[in-house]
Amino acid sequence: MYDTPKSGVDVDAREVKISARGVQVFYGDTHAIKDVDVEIQDKMVTAFIGPSGCGKSTFLRCLNRMNDTIDICRVEGNINLDGENIYDAKVDPVQLRAKVGMVFQKPNPFPKSIYDNIAYGPRIHGLAKNKADLDEIVEKSLRRGAIWDEVKDRLHAPGTGLSGGQQQRLCIARAVATEPEVLLMDEPCSALDPIATAQVEELIDELRGNYSVVIVTHSMQQAARVSQKTAFFHLGNLVEFGETGQIFTNPEDPRTESYITGRIG
Amino acid sequence: MPLSLLIAIILIIGVVGYVLGRRRAMASAGGDSRGLHSLPVYYGSNVLLSVLVPAFAFIIIALIVIPLYIDTHVSAMITEADIGEGSSLGLVMAEVRRVAEGLDNAVAMGAISDEMARNAGANASDMAQRLRDAGQVITGEVTGNILAAAQEYRATSKILHVGMIVMALVIALGGFAFGYRRTEKDFRARNVVERVILAILIAAASVAILTTIGIILSLIFNTIEFFRIYPFTEFFFGLNWSPSFSGRGGSSELGFVPLLWGTLYISFIALSVAVPIGLFAAVYLSEYASPRVRSVAKPALEVLAGIPTIVYGLFALLTIGPMLTTVFGRDGLGWMGGASSVMTAGLVMGIMLIPFVSSLSDDIINAVPQAMRDGSLGLGATKSETIKQVILPAALPGIVGAILLAASRAIGETMIVVMGAGAAARLSLNPFEAMTTVTAKIVSQLTGDSDFSSPEALVAFALGMSLFVITLGMNILALHIVQKYREQYD
Repeated sequence: MYDTPKSGVDVDAREVKISARGVQVFYGDTHAIKDVDVEIQDKMVTAFIGPSGCGKSTFLRCLNRMNDTIDICRVEGNINLDGENIYDAKVDPVQLRAKVGMVFQKPNPFPKSIYDNIAYGPRIHGLAKNKADLDEIVEKSLRRGAIWDEVKDRLHAPGTGLSGGQQQRLCIARAVATEPEVLLMDEPCSALDPIATAQVEELIDELRGNYSVVIVTHSMQQAARVSQKTAFFHLGNLVEFGETGQIFTNPEDPRTESYITGRIG
Repeated sequence: MPLSLLIAIILIIGVVGYVLGRRRAMASAGGDSRGLHSLPVYYGSNVLLSVLVPAFAFIIIALIVIPLYIDTHVSAMITEADIGEGSSLGLVMAEVRRVAEGLDNAVAMGAISDEMARNAGANASDMAQRLRDAGQVITGEVTGNILAAAQEYRATSKILHVGMIVMALVIALGGFAFGYRRTEKDFRARNVVERVILAILIAAASVAILTTIGIILSLIFNTIEFFRIYPFTEFFFGLNWSPSFSGRGGSSELGFVPLLWGTLYISFIALSVAVPIGLFAAVYLSEYASPRVRSVAKPALEVLAGIPTIVYGLFALLTIGPMLTTVFGRDGLGWMGGASSVMTAGLVMGIMLIPFVSSLSDDIINAVPQAMRDGSLGLGATKSETIKQVILPAALPGIVGAILLAASRAIGETMIVVMGAGAAARLSLNPFEAMTTVTAKIVSQLTGDSDFSSPEALVAFALGMSLFVITLGMNILALHIVQKYREQYD
């Protein structure tokens, strides 16, 4: 019923990119994430699945400290990126977010031209020395975002004028343009139709070659199609974490089995 | 019978109609409200509206038409001889009304009997004396003709007034009978009531529009009158503003340019104060302030908008003006003659406009979706980069609209100018010199002693019209900008 993980990747041989130990998240008095341990490996797609409100998006937003922008949110525990704790006082969340890019649930292109949308990050981080350099980054990013052919003739048209699927790929290209090491995707296909979803999924599979990708999704089929490892969250707990094929065919925890067979959710 | 009593009686008829109509509807459905087409309340309301709407409409129309009719009827009695030199029919008619009113009051006080007041053969000067003795204000000389006209005025207005009351009651009762007889269980009462309510809503909306049209028309007619006696080109291109108040006219120079210049200069200074401060305040309030600070600071800032402009005028006159004089005046840099200057009025007006800019911009910045902020922060942009490069450009159309609205306010402002900028119309670049604006001059032209048909007074309407066109244009532009770019994101 589910696709097998793509091309038999050797899951355990890869180095750990992000390791989270004992992560707790509180929104005011609400305990949203309870003691989560996860290891995310490099050049691989990790999927977070679970019912609505289980904390998977909250946990994802911890990985690039986006939760810092919410006043009442408090994070405890250790999250290491390449062995360095990202919640350490000397880490600048702004620098961190340049390394850990993010794509959101709803496509959110800036009300600027397609070119300026992509060039926004590189300009801020000073990645381009001159105009030609920037042009090159924009083209490369749009190609990586698998949208170059559709927009190359109208780079200076507003990004908001694209279709939903194009906008989301533009946002992925925008995130890629800052050369992140990890790409976080928060339900990137939930606002898209099946064709656009297929395009984005294909893109995620290509991105795996260069980045470590973490994707939150409501669709178990999608998790099965694009990811190599899957984490199942339920009520703020990490219930089960393992190889995608394992989780979907032979889950260890009864809650995981109930969820993937549709009994809880 | 006074009008308030009439209205009360009609209201009582209406309420009785409501109760009876409702009861009749229930009775026709055999006491079960599910057998009715509409809820019982609509049957009652139908009778109520059948009573009130026609009766009140009649009263309103009657109150407008009756005085007009009496005026034309009575003024036919006034002959050329009654209108003295330098007077007009209007003045004589005012006198007639005053005498008629005096007669009413004197009768009410018991100073003269009703027969005496109505006596057609009464001696005019004798009557005038009696009225004066009764404490009534009679200004001019009362001729026999005027007294006769006043008596006729009293008589007609009494007849018509009684006629109006009777007619209104008849209409109310007729409406009652009509509404009551229509009430039975299949009558579509809800539809009828809702249609009447809709008509009332439309009428309310048209009052505002009709008033605007009325204002424009009154401006237009007087403006045309002005341009008939004063050349068009000299008004729009004249560089001098020096009206003569001698009343003979002829020597007045009524150039629009110095006033327009003063208006634009003061507005420019006001906006250069209000726009940066207002925008910075808006950015702080919407992006940096904690909810607690915001909940206190925003209303506090908006209090500024509630201060009457005359108070700002006092502030300009008593505080800002003298303060500027100590620095730029004769004892300081010597640029400033007196406390009144473009700078004084401009600064104070700028302070007045801060809440307009900040409050509107704050709302607009808040309306930028959170997704834009997340998107930018997620790419590793700092908060300030996000604001400068994403939030403000996205909010720009709205902010421009807010600034244009503030500019219309600045252009139309009067009191601060009168008290802070002086009254001299001058074409000068020195912001420390006294200047004046279009609005301030409209006030001084119309409150002066000059004859209402002289160009010196009529010019006020031309000025008002020009100002109206300028601010209208700016408002339309602002609305257009806001609307055109409103849904750019999302």
